[in-house]
Amino acid sequence: MAVSQTRNLGLPLINLLRLKGVPILQQLHLEERLLRTSSDNWCIINDGTIDPTIVMGVSGKPQELLEIESILRDDIPVIRRFTGGGTVIVDQGTIFVTFICNKDTVPGLQSYPQPIMSWSSLLYKKVFQGIGDFRLRENDYVLGDRKFGGNAQSITKNRWVHHTSFLWDYEISNMGYLKLPKRAPEYRQARDHLEFICRMKDYISRSSFIDSTIEAVGSEFLLRSAELEDAHCTLGSKFEPSSRLLRKQELGEAIFKSLTASQS
Amino acid sequence: MALRMWASSTANALKLSTSASRSALASPAFSLARSFSTVLEGFKYASSHEWVKHDGPVATIGITDHAQDHLGEVVFVELPEEGKSVSQGNSFGAVESVKATSDINSPISGEVVEVNTKLSESPGLINSSPYEDGWMIKVKPSNPSELESLMGAKEYTKFCEEEDASH
Repeated sequence: MAVSQTRNLGLPLINLLRLKGVPILQQLHLEERLLRTSSDNWCIINDGTIDPTIVMGVSGKPQELLEIESILRDDIPVIRRFTGGGTVIVDQGTIFVTFICNKDTVPGLQSYPQPIMSWSSLLYKKVFQGIGDFRLRENDYVLGDRKFGGNAQSITKNRWVHHTSFLWDYEISNMGYLKLPKRAPEYRQARDHLEFICRMKDYISRSSFIDSTIEAVGSEFLLRSAELEDAHCTLGSKFEPSSRLLRKQELGEAIFKSLTASQS
Repeated sequence: MALRMWASSTANALKLSTSASRSALASPAFSLARSFSTVLEGFKYASSHEWVKHDGPVATIGITDHAQDHLGEVVFVELPEEGKSVSQGNSFGAVESVKATSDINSPISGEVVEVNTKLSESPGLINSSPYEDGWMIKVKPSNPSELESLMGAKEYTKFCEEEDASH
């Protein structure tokens, strides 16, 4: 015990919040509140989300990114989140891992997108040591040349959030709701979704991934277990998160925009 | 980074340089050109890497060359509407680059009187011309003395050097 206490001296403290099946919109609201109103560091792991949901980045245009008619027909919720980046469809097969940190927490880390991305990849490299050919490829986590984790960030003056949706498993049919994005990493080479992504379950069990991730986080931080109630206690009540569900009317208007654009 | 090279030539810093950077600076003041980032004399700078140019009743605000270089290609900009108030040190908008949204913080307090609408179609102006075409908002300052708390060009140059060296 004395040895592990000595090892932990000097490591920054991080609250570890383990969730299961929390709806993604609720998770995003919690993250944005913690980013803006908490002064603690947080690691949030949400093991799956209940309903299949499409999540676009802050500037995503539905008419460019989504097969809207299918989405409306099948009543799939579409969320615009507060972080940058691309579009994902998440469900029970998705594992979410989020870091929310003060800018000076990680020694020597500048709070800009690329350094934070690199730092995170070094952490996950520990998780996948000996398991698969893991690397950060442009801004995605890949095994080989296939993406299994998508990243996004939001950076404020004194804090940052880096969150990842990991494809532990996915439904092939769900990928049909997403168009091929205009802005795509070079390594994608115009591959459609099913040729571009892979399932983490082919490499590692769900529980092993989560346990290894917690272990990797524990090698850089002093972990303190937290409950959802603890997170809510620290939050400022006046803050209104910006992540939101798009209304069906907005999606309908987006169809109109895409028809108008194609005719002009 | 190349910033260390710059530290040794600070004595020559006031030499006019028009070869610097990617931006076409129409009428630069003395510029301290470095290998990667430009800092302009006559502007004031915040530690969160925004610049302000005070010109009579209006101050123009944007992000610095150092900031745009570290952020990467800007693909989207969120700016306030005219008439909105901004306050020193607080966020008034955001840029999206790579996979990140990054807050832009106002160096001074005041009322927004003009917004650069070109940035909605051409957010990359922030990268190519951070001090000219990439300006973000114009503000009527409510407390001009706030400018005194900001850094001048030499101080900001040193600040950037030290920040990059410590990471």
